[in-house]
Amino acid sequence: MHGGVKAMKFLRNFFHSKGAIFAVSTLALILVIIVSLCVGVVIYTPVQLLELPDILRYIRFPRVMAAVFAGAGLAGAGVIIQTLLGNSLAGPNIIGVNSGAGFMTLVAALIFPLIPQMQPLAAFLGALFSVMLIYLLSRKAGTSKMTILLSGVVLNSLLNAASEALCTFFPDVHMSYAAFRVGGLATVQTLVLYPAAILITVLFIIVQCRANTLELLSLGDDTAFTLGVSVKKYRLLFLVCAAGMAGAAVSFAGLIGFLGLIVPHGARLVVGDEIKKLFPLSVLWGSLLLLVCDTVARTVFAPFELSVGIVISIIGAPIFIRMLLKRKVG
Amino acid sequence: MLELNNLSVGYDGRYVIRNVDLSFEPGNIYTIIGKNGSGKSTLLKSCSGLLTPKVGSVLLDGKELSKYPANQRAQKISYLSQSTNTPNITVERLLAHARFPHLSYPKKLRQEDINIIYRALGDMKAACFIHDSLRELSGGERQRVYLAMQLAQDTPILLLDEPTTYLDIEYQLSLMELLQKLKAQGKTIIMVLHDLEQALKYSDQIIAIDAGKEIYTGTPDEILAGGILRKVFHVDVQRSDYRFELKNPAAVSSEAVITVFGNSSCRSR
Repeated sequence: MHGGVKAMKFLRNFFHSKGAIFAVSTLALILVIIVSLCVGVVIYTPVQLLELPDILRYIRFPRVMAAVFAGAGLAGAGVIIQTLLGNSLAGPNIIGVNSGAGFMTLVAALIFPLIPQMQPLAAFLGALFSVMLIYLLSRKAGTSKMTILLSGVVLNSLLNAASEALCTFFPDVHMSYAAFRVGGLATVQTLVLYPAAILITVLFIIVQCRANTLELLSLGDDTAFTLGVSVKKYRLLFLVCAAGMAGAAVSFAGLIGFLGLIVPHGARLVVGDEIKKLFPLSVLWGSLLLLVCDTVARTVFAPFELSVGIVISIIGAPIFIRMLLKRKVG
Repeated sequence: MLELNNLSVGYDGRYVIRNVDLSFEPGNIYTIIGKNGSGKSTLLKSCSGLLTPKVGSVLLDGKELSKYPANQRAQKISYLSQSTNTPNITVERLLAHARFPHLSYPKKLRQEDINIIYRALGDMKAACFIHDSLRELSGGERQRVYLAMQLAQDTPILLLDEPTTYLDIEYQLSLMELLQKLKAQGKTIIMVLHDLEQALKYSDQIIAIDAGKEIYTGTPDEILAGGILRKVFHVDVQRSDYRFELKNPAAVSSEAVITVFGNSSCRSR
């Protein structure tokens, strides 16, 4: 057996029943949050930091929270979308959910340049549009996973082209599209961040409370229906939740690639597809991964910083390729 | 009691079955037979509520099936699909889902539910898979687990689409014996079978659909005598003494098998 798979099996057996993996991940997240708050252009100790409330409140805390919530939102949306489409390769960035959110964020920035609070709403609508479109296509195309992925890729490319066109025609769009496209947390606005963070939290709670139902849907629509699930109603609910989580994250963090795809996949290897465990673990790991990457991105070349999207893609691309090779996409 | 009144069902404006009148009484086994594409699964799906009638109605205990709340419907009718997704969850977890129609939020299993789950797994000789992931099971093992899931749903009406798929002959025969037992308990069993031998042997009523979508119903003897199989399948079938028999039916009973539970796995992996 492959070494990595063996190690994963060992991890699974060790952690499965104990919930230890959640404890370890939570502790790790808290630790990384503290470290991330302390490091930057100047490194402070936690005690020094408490004496500099302005730096903490206006610079480092929003930045750290942005990473935590964007990671949570994208990974959570990834789990939901993969479960509903029955396809572990359907991340929100692959099937055009992020680019839908991105396009609408740009539109909102163009039409309401002075009301940045409009951006999360617009991003949500954009993400919802993409999710619905892909879902309807997948219903029409039957069970062909390839068709779903391909139509997602096409939609993704179309929406990105629309965004580019928008930026060409309106070069003075209120935001920097270049930075937005690779994804980054350097220019997070608290006016956008806080409502988006609240939205992500609320949606997380809703989905976690309905984890059983989402798991039933993963058995296929027919089985879920005959086990007493109002399939149409719940499918819509979960799609809206996925769109909300991805859209909210994109509205302040830009088009961060891969995270929504690779994090749920990694979590699946450890806890399987049981949603009650998979969903919270993915959310936790999403936060952790994005926070680590963002901290790396803003410290390794300080005072210059890399975009976190670049760091994630550098880590994510090889993992995704390995996944493709292992799965032989079906 | 389940009744189909002047039922027509189809996809995308195309009728697959037309003007069907059938009624299914408790304590009977009904088997739907017919060639590929004749609409067997479509008929079964309409009974489950998965397909809504284009014309006519499906009545469950006198009330239109589509008017039932999802939960109540799932307490009355269970359905074994021909194709199911296999997420990477344990058999235990899958079986728990079968009890959810009987539970209100937050769907915590009672001791009674756990007993039903174990009994169902025992009936399908699948108790030893309880801690295994669905993905680790072979096709036949998985089919037994899905059958156990349907038994655990514990409904008065059971719909089964090709329940013997992937099953070894041993399990096919014990499944048929088990269905006889359920029938004796007053359950209504409606299934699609490919195996004519089994269909004729174990059913009380045969529903034969021919390519022209004409539907013939009758007891196996009536179907044989009426030359219906020739019309439907273009083959001649005649009685013969040669039959598969289960020599030790005791092995089918749940008591005999449930002791297996407790071993972590049936075979070494």
